[in-house]
Amino acid sequence: MNIHEYQAKEVLKGFGAPVAKGVAITQLSEANAAIAALPGPVWVVKSQIHAGGRGKGTFKELGKDAKGGVRVSFSAEEALANVNEMLGKTLVTKQTGPAGKQVNRLYIEDGANIERELYLSILVDRENGKTSFVASTEGGMDIETVAEETPELIHTIGITASKGCTTQDAERIADAYKLTGSARDQGIELFKTLYEAFTSKDMSLLEINPLIVTKENDIQVLDAKVSFDSNALFRHPDILEYRDITEEDEKEIEASKFDLAYIALDGEIGCMVNGAGLAMATMDIIKMYGAEPANFLDVGGGATTEKVTAAFKIITSDPKVKGILVNIFGGIMRCDVIAQGVVQAVKDVGLDVPLVVRLEGTKVNEGKAIINESGLNVIAADDLDDAAQKIVKAVKG
Amino acid sequence: MSILINNDTKIIVQGLTGKTGTFHTEQALAYHGTQMVAGTHPKKGGTNWTGSDGQSLPIYTSVTDAKEATGATASVIYVPPSGAAAAIEEAIDAEIDIITCITEGVPVQDMVRVKEKLDASKSRLIGPNSPGIMTADACKIGIMPGSIFKKGSVGVLSRSGTLTYEAVYQTTVAGLGQSSAVGIGGDPVKGTEFIDILEMYLADPQTKSIIMIGEIGGSAEEDAAQFLIDEAKKGRSKPTVGFIAGRTAPPGRTMGHAGAVISGGKGGAEDKIEAMKTAGIRVSPSPAKLAETLVDLLG
Repeated sequence: MNIHEYQAKEVLKGFGAPVAKGVAITQLSEANAAIAALPGPVWVVKSQIHAGGRGKGTFKELGKDAKGGVRVSFSAEEALANVNEMLGKTLVTKQTGPAGKQVNRLYIEDGANIERELYLSILVDRENGKTSFVASTEGGMDIETVAEETPELIHTIGITASKGCTTQDAERIADAYKLTGSARDQGIELFKTLYEAFTSKDMSLLEINPLIVTKENDIQVLDAKVSFDSNALFRHPDILEYRDITEEDEKEIEASKFDLAYIALDGEIGCMVNGAGLAMATMDIIKMYGAEPANFLDVGGGATTEKVTAAFKIITSDPKVKGILVNIFGGIMRCDVIAQGVVQAVKDVGLDVPLVVRLEGTKVNEGKAIINESGLNVIAADDLDDAAQKIVKAVKG
Repeated sequence: MSILINNDTKIIVQGLTGKTGTFHTEQALAYHGTQMVAGTHPKKGGTNWTGSDGQSLPIYTSVTDAKEATGATASVIYVPPSGAAAAIEEAIDAEIDIITCITEGVPVQDMVRVKEKLDASKSRLIGPNSPGIMTADACKIGIMPGSIFKKGSVGVLSRSGTLTYEAVYQTTVAGLGQSSAVGIGGDPVKGTEFIDILEMYLADPQTKSIIMIGEIGGSAEEDAAQFLIDEAKKGRSKPTVGFIAGRTAPPGRTMGHAGAVISGGKGGAEDKIEAMKTAGIRVSPSPAKLAETLVDLLG
């Protein structure tokens, strides 16, 4: 689960990390009070969307010369003008895709006196299974570019879980940044604090880009991007409160209510599959035969008829869907349960597009019988290859 | 021969008394006499578990007690995500040789902690989020459907459950059959990687060829490809077919499996396919053609 920058800073502040003072707003009417609550003389107005690259992003509704999604303002009037221009507009960044994301929230922050910009992130390194810091002196830049062009400037420091982030670990990170004096002392404390925040809140990514050293040689968290391990949210009800469903796809919200793994895509063939690997492979094979998948959907191993019915309704609610492929290899999942769910869903919501069903594995004959006896206009397929070819042909002609 | 498990393997079920544990234990007992010998439950020690066909297994308070009483060397875990890490740690403390964790949705930080303990132990963990391990016609641990297996010569390894079934089913239909099949699991931090299983398949005389099914995320497939290149230089190699799921997956989205995500420009399908080809692995163009590709490779 992703949260906004201002929420991430709230979480980090709770652990004692140095973050600038700021106020989040959703209405223009809140802007004056927010600006007045900060000392100035510099205000930074930041778009709050769940995507990176905001500073270099462009607003769809504004001209090409308009500034990006993060704006430094040198007077209260300028800050207000920026709020007025940005709020409610659609920001397109390299992570949002061409459709962009509507900016429903702005975060107005006290400007900082920047001497150096650094990059810091914490994540779990899949290679060794350790929580690790990634540190680079090249802050404020896209870290992927740094990794490509100057990989020697990226340091990875793995932490031993049973010991936590020790002073020695924190000193290694401070060395990587070449911190001195007060910034070094503050940094060593901050790195331990960030590790504590990451592990105790089950974060999957904590990225601070940039982490800054001010002209006064203080350390400050200037930007913060945090994602949480969705499998651990059950033990963090406080974090769940940060969920912003306006950032999510409606079909994905509906699917999450039924505990379905669903991801909306842009193609024309809806898919319902059991198992994540098979669901991905089904998308791939649709593409191989010349069409595009409309979604990823894994109904899971323990799906009930109700869950399958819900999944089918979510697929058919997508106006882009011109055909549906149901691909099931029953292990725990029984083919008869899938068949009943599909038949029930079609009875409930009707079916205007071609439907290809491929069933294999546990209770396959019972499943096929249910489909055959339902009188539904279903195209049966023998295997995955056959199924993919049939649905592509039915849609593309 | 086969790898990891055979018909002598005795298995303890952690989480036997739940619905999932009960169902799959019944299936395992019915599969060529797989030796499920005991269950564990902290409060139900001393009682008996009874299956729907009247099968009965003793329940012990701890894995240590169950191991002492039965001589089991393996355990399988069917407990909910919040308790899965503690269950794995209990099995490590009891010095169980092979621990298979079926549970999906174990928090990553729990696995980071478990992994450190595991690395300092003699236990092997398969999973979490694994469909289990099968040795055809001999032993079934986990949730794979026994009916699609046939004793034979192909070693199957995969990060995905249902794609394992595809490989098994297709090799059965093709008449090749399987030695063993191992689902290493779809999570980012796990006990066993492709390399570990490939080493076992290369060493196993029953295994004549290999099907390896990867997916987007991480670099386990690239590591496996490099391993096969290094082993081939030592004269160890077996015909291998590969497949990667997720060519059409959008970056930054977690595709069902917690580990299936392209992040920071890394873990994409094309790099993995390229690495496999470089290692001499024949990459199947489609998940429906795994056995066909292997038959063709075997000539």
